[in-house]
Amino acid sequence: MTLEEKKQQVIEDFSLYDEWLDKYEYLIELGKSLEAFPEEKKTEDNLIKGCQSRVWLDVEERDGRLYFTADSDAIITKGIISLLIGVYSGRTRAEIAGDDFGFVAQIGLKENLSPTRANGLVSMIETIKNLAENGR
Amino acid sequence: MAITKIRNQFPILDTKVYGKPLVYLDNAATAQRPQAVTDCWVGLVNEANSNIHRAVHHLAAQATEAYEGARDRVRTFINAGAREEIIFTSGATASINLVASSYGQVFVNEGDELIVSVCEHHSNIVPWQLLCQHKGAVLKVLETEEDGRLSPERLRALLSPRTKMVAITHISNVLGVVNPVKELVSVSHAAGVPVLVDGAQGIVHEKVDVQDLDCDFYAFSGHKIYAATGTGVLYGKRKWLDTMPPYMGGGEMIETVSFNGTTYAPLPMKFEAGTQNFNSAPTLVPALDFAEAVREEKEVQEEQEAILDYLCTQLLQDSRIVLYGSAREYKIPLFSFAVKGVHHEDLALILDKIGVAVRSGQMCAEPLMNHLGVTGLLRASFAPYNTLEEAKYFVASLDKAIEMLL
Repeated sequence: MTLEEKKQQVIEDFSLYDEWLDKYEYLIELGKSLEAFPEEKKTEDNLIKGCQSRVWLDVEERDGRLYFTADSDAIITKGIISLLIGVYSGRTRAEIAGDDFGFVAQIGLKENLSPTRANGLVSMIETIKNLAENGR
Repeated sequence: MAITKIRNQFPILDTKVYGKPLVYLDNAATAQRPQAVTDCWVGLVNEANSNIHRAVHHLAAQATEAYEGARDRVRTFINAGAREEIIFTSGATASINLVASSYGQVFVNEGDELIVSVCEHHSNIVPWQLLCQHKGAVLKVLETEEDGRLSPERLRALLSPRTKMVAITHISNVLGVVNPVKELVSVSHAAGVPVLVDGAQGIVHEKVDVQDLDCDFYAFSGHKIYAATGTGVLYGKRKWLDTMPPYMGGGEMIETVSFNGTTYAPLPMKFEAGTQNFNSAPTLVPALDFAEAVREEKEVQEEQEAILDYLCTQLLQDSRIVLYGSAREYKIPLFSFAVKGVHHEDLALILDKIGVAVRSGQMCAEPLMNHLGVTGLLRASFAPYNTLEEAKYFVASLDKAIEMLL
């Protein structure tokens, strides 16, 4: 699936739910199904600054593509980072760096988070972009 | 029903959030304002807006009267001995900073000790830390007992000939239990040490008589007791306020100014430099009137007791929940707790979407969180306009949120 197709799919998945409580339920499921993140990777370096709950993000580059893994101690935040890496994992640096992350606004995620969590979301996006542009 | 009548005075309580009725349980962070407070506020802006004290014109006289009238109302509310002992500030934080800076400048020296408790709000820790850094003094920490209260015996053991101040909270904003302030003051005074009481929560839930408590300073914010934001009070015993230097220099706090030296205005203006919050401070009058009136209402007392009984029972019997500050006899309707295996932020986020406003996180008490071994807690804090029905809705919503997250 191309990046555009994947983003479209997320927008469609999200639009299935009218109520925000159901959208949270969906994010919680995403969070729960996220691949286990090794304890030794929960380092200060991998910690995303600006989130109230703790969020770790790690990246590996294979064959010119970036593969993200992540974790959080709060499950909804974990669902959000899971959603992001589901879209951007396996893409090239150029693809990620050139993307505007506009689909996040389209699903109304940022507007429906508390300000502190919205800031956290911005930090997550910036960290992913920064990793694509500048590497570790 | 008295509570319906009380609720009707708070237009914001009719708000719907995400289509659901608002259940506001973040009163320990800020209370809502009754219509009388809003009316006073708007009335002053529209009809009596003028800078206080100096000008001779009519509006200035009205504004000054309102402002100084509020000082008298605060004096009677806390039974201070004299109106000169009531200093207006921007809030409890500013009140404590004033004392730490001004008292500290004169009375604290290198090697001296200051005592704060482990359950203090950052506002009653950081000003003293700054003072310690500035003067080379040492900050000592008084721990709580198992039930969340401070003990006079433990304080006695911590006092030393070098102790220069004991700064403790009347009621912790996390633990929600009333501390034995009078006894703590008595123990400190026996060692010749003054006591500052952080009354940010205490003023709301307890009938405060500063002469009976015999505390040297009592600090509180207006906005937690229904008054406008940006209002605050420092009560200080005259013997201290007279000997403390001004905290800030500027207009109003002077007697005469010359480049050879300046003399200061008498109390309380010595500590009120610059243009004061004269549109807002007078809202303390209707706010404190309201607080006093609801405190006397039997129906409100019964409802608050019913909420306390209900929530203490529900939260203590639920094996998924750990409640901090459990001394029932001294408990106010403020409940901070952890849910095992669930992040407090997730709970707050889901509760928000169900219409319930609660606080999550460290609640400006990071040292206490570390002491309890948690990254944060969920806190529900009730006001006299909250009902048992809302408490039940909160518990049902909490259960739903936990089910979603586990």
